[in-house]
Amino acid sequence: MSNIAKAFASGKAFIPFITCGDPDLDTTYNIVVEAARAGADLIELGIPFSDPTAEGPVIQEASLRALSSGTTTDKVFDLVERLRETVTVPMVFMTYANVVFSYGSERFISRCAEVGIDGLILPDIPYEEKGEFLDITRKYGVDLISLIAPTSNDRISMIASEASGFIYLVSSLGVTGVRSEITTDISSLVASIRASSSVPCAIGFGISTPEQASAMAECADGVIVGSAIMKIVAQYGKDAPEHVAEYVKSMKDAIS
Amino acid sequence: MSNPKGRFGIHGGQYIPETLMNAVIELEEAYNHYKEDPEFNRELTDLFNNYAGRPSILYYADKMTRDLGGAKVYLKREDLNHTGSHKINNVLGQALLAKKMGKTRLIAETGAGQHGVATATAAALLDMECVVFMGEEDTIRQALNVYRMRLLGATVIPVKTGTRTLKDAVSEAMREWTSRISDTHYCLGSVMGPHPFPTIVRDFQAVISREIKSQMLEAEGRLPDVVMACCGGGSNAIGSFYHFIEDESVRLIGCEAAGRGIDTFETAATLNTGKLGIFHGMKSYFCQDEFGQIAPVYSISAGLDYPGIGPEHANLHDTGRAEYVAVTDEEAVQAFEYLSRTEGIIPAIESAHAVAHAIKLVPTLDKDKLVVITVSGRGDKDCAAIARYRGEDIHE
Repeated sequence: MSNIAKAFASGKAFIPFITCGDPDLDTTYNIVVEAARAGADLIELGIPFSDPTAEGPVIQEASLRALSSGTTTDKVFDLVERLRETVTVPMVFMTYANVVFSYGSERFISRCAEVGIDGLILPDIPYEEKGEFLDITRKYGVDLISLIAPTSNDRISMIASEASGFIYLVSSLGVTGVRSEITTDISSLVASIRASSSVPCAIGFGISTPEQASAMAECADGVIVGSAIMKIVAQYGKDAPEHVAEYVKSMKDAIS
Repeated sequence: MSNPKGRFGIHGGQYIPETLMNAVIELEEAYNHYKEDPEFNRELTDLFNNYAGRPSILYYADKMTRDLGGAKVYLKREDLNHTGSHKINNVLGQALLAKKMGKTRLIAETGAGQHGVATATAAALLDMECVVFMGEEDTIRQALNVYRMRLLGATVIPVKTGTRTLKDAVSEAMREWTSRISDTHYCLGSVMGPHPFPTIVRDFQAVISREIKSQMLEAEGRLPDVVMACCGGGSNAIGSFYHFIEDESVRLIGCEAAGRGIDTFETAATLNTGKLGIFHGMKSYFCQDEFGQIAPVYSISAGLDYPGIGPEHANLHDTGRAEYVAVTDEEAVQAFEYLSRTEGIIPAIESAHAVAHAIKLVPTLDKDKLVVITVSGRGDKDCAAIARYRGEDIHE
C-alpha cells in the first residue's frame, strides 16, 4: 500500500499546496510544520519553475519570489530532509517536467525516495508522456500522480485505471487560482473515475473557502488548496506560518 | 519509453496539461482529415494565390552577388506576402482549419508582431474573433504592429509576466486556451509546442521550399547548393528547408540570434547555447540554467527572442542534416543596412540574421554555387528600433 493512502485512511483529506522558498526556505519549513500540526493530511510541496504554464497569477508570483530568494532543486531536497525529522504526514512534490528532466529523471526520483517524498505531480505530463517517468517512479516506490480534467471525457477510464497514490481531479478549466464558483459537475466526474479505480480522489483548482471545501469533500476523498494559501504567504511573508496554520485548521474542520 | 506521437528523433511529443489533451487530439484528427480534402486544399490555394499574393518571387540578387564576389545569391521574397512576412502561410491554413472545425475564436502569441498581425488579418477575413498575447516589452519595441492588430479588429493583451517577451506570450496563450477550449483555436505561430502543431505549421510553411525548388529549377536548371533562413522557433526555416531535406547535396543553414554574443547571457541562440529539456509542450533544446529554469533570453529581434527551438530543427541538428549558426545583433543590424543599400530591400531584423551569415559565407563559395536566402519578412516595423540602436530617435 502506498504511503499516500495513509492521508485518506481517516476521513476526508485536506491537502495544502506550498511553494518552497517563498519568501525563503526557513519560512517554508515553519509553514509545513505548522500546517501538519494544524491537521493537513498530505502536503504538496511546489518546486518553483520559471514558467509555470498551469498556474494562475498567485502561484506564478510565488514561484518567482521563491526563485529570486535563491531556491534551487538541491535546496528543496535539503529542506525535505530536515522536515522529515519531525513531519510524518505524506508529502508529494508538484513541479514541472523540466525541473525533473534537467536534474536527470532517475537522479531526481531516487533522491525523492531517499528524502521521504511519496509522490510526484507533473501538470505538464499527460497520460501519453508518463512512460519515461513511470518506469523510474515505480522502481523507487514514488507514486506518479495522475490528473483528470473536466475535458477528459473518454480518457477518464484509461487514466484512472492506471492511477496510483491519489487522483488529482482538476475542478475547472483554466489555471490554478481562486474562483468564486465551480460550475463543473464534479459528482458525475467522480462517478466516472470510481467506475475504473478505487484510488482516492482529491479535488483541486479554485477552492478557497471552507464552504467550497465542504461541498467538494462531499463528492470526493480530499480537497487540495494552493492559491489561497500562497496568498496568505504573500501577505504575511515570514509571519505566514501561524496564519497558514489557522487557515488549514478552518479548512480541515469544514471537511471533517 | 516515450510517446511515439509527433516525434522527430527524440524531440517533440505532447507535454501539456490533461485539460488540453482532447483539444490537441481533436485538432490532429481534423488536420489529418482536411489535409487530404480536395475542397480544403482548393480553398487554401485560392487564399494563398489570390489573397496572400503567392507564389512569392525568387529574386536573383545581382548587385549583392557581384559585391560579395562568390556564389550566386537568390532571395526568397516572403517579405512580399500580404501582411509582410511568411507568417500568413501558416495562419491562413490554421484559420481555415479552425473554421472547418467550427471554432469562432482565434488566440495567438506574437513576438515581433508579425504572427499577431497575420492572425488578426485572417480573423478579419474569415469573420472570427481574435485575441493576441504579446509581451509588454515587445508591445513597446513593436508599437506599429500593435496598432495594426487593433486596426484589424483584434484585441491585444500585453503580457506582464516573466521577461515580458515571446516566451511569456506563449505561456499566457496556453493558459488562455486551457480556460476556453470549445470555441477557441490556439493559432500557434511557429513549428513548436505540442504535437500536432510542429507538423501542421511545417506543412503550411513548406510552400516556401516547394516554390524555391521549382523556381530554382526554372531559373538555373538545378537545385541550390545552400538554403539559409533565420531561426527562432523555426517556422520560416523549416518551411525553407522541408522539400530539400531528402536532397543531401543541399546545405541547410539556420541562423540563430546570438544577441550580444553566445559567450554572454544576453543571447537567444538555442542550439548554440541550450541543452535538452521539456517546455511549452515539447522536448527540444532550451536555454536554461543547471536546474532547468528557463533562461531570460535576449535578442534585438523580438521574433527570434525565444529560449527554445522547434523539435524538427532539434532533430536536424542532432542528425547533422542542417547546421545552425549564431549571428549577433551588430552583424544583423549591419546586414539590415547592407541589404537596404545594396538591393533596395529592407528586410525584417529577423531575416537580416540570415543575410548577415550569407555576407560571411557567400564570398567563400565558388561562383558556380547557388545560395538561397529566405527573406522572411519586411523591415518597416524595425526602422524605429534600428534607428535607436544607431543612436537616432525617430518618431513613427
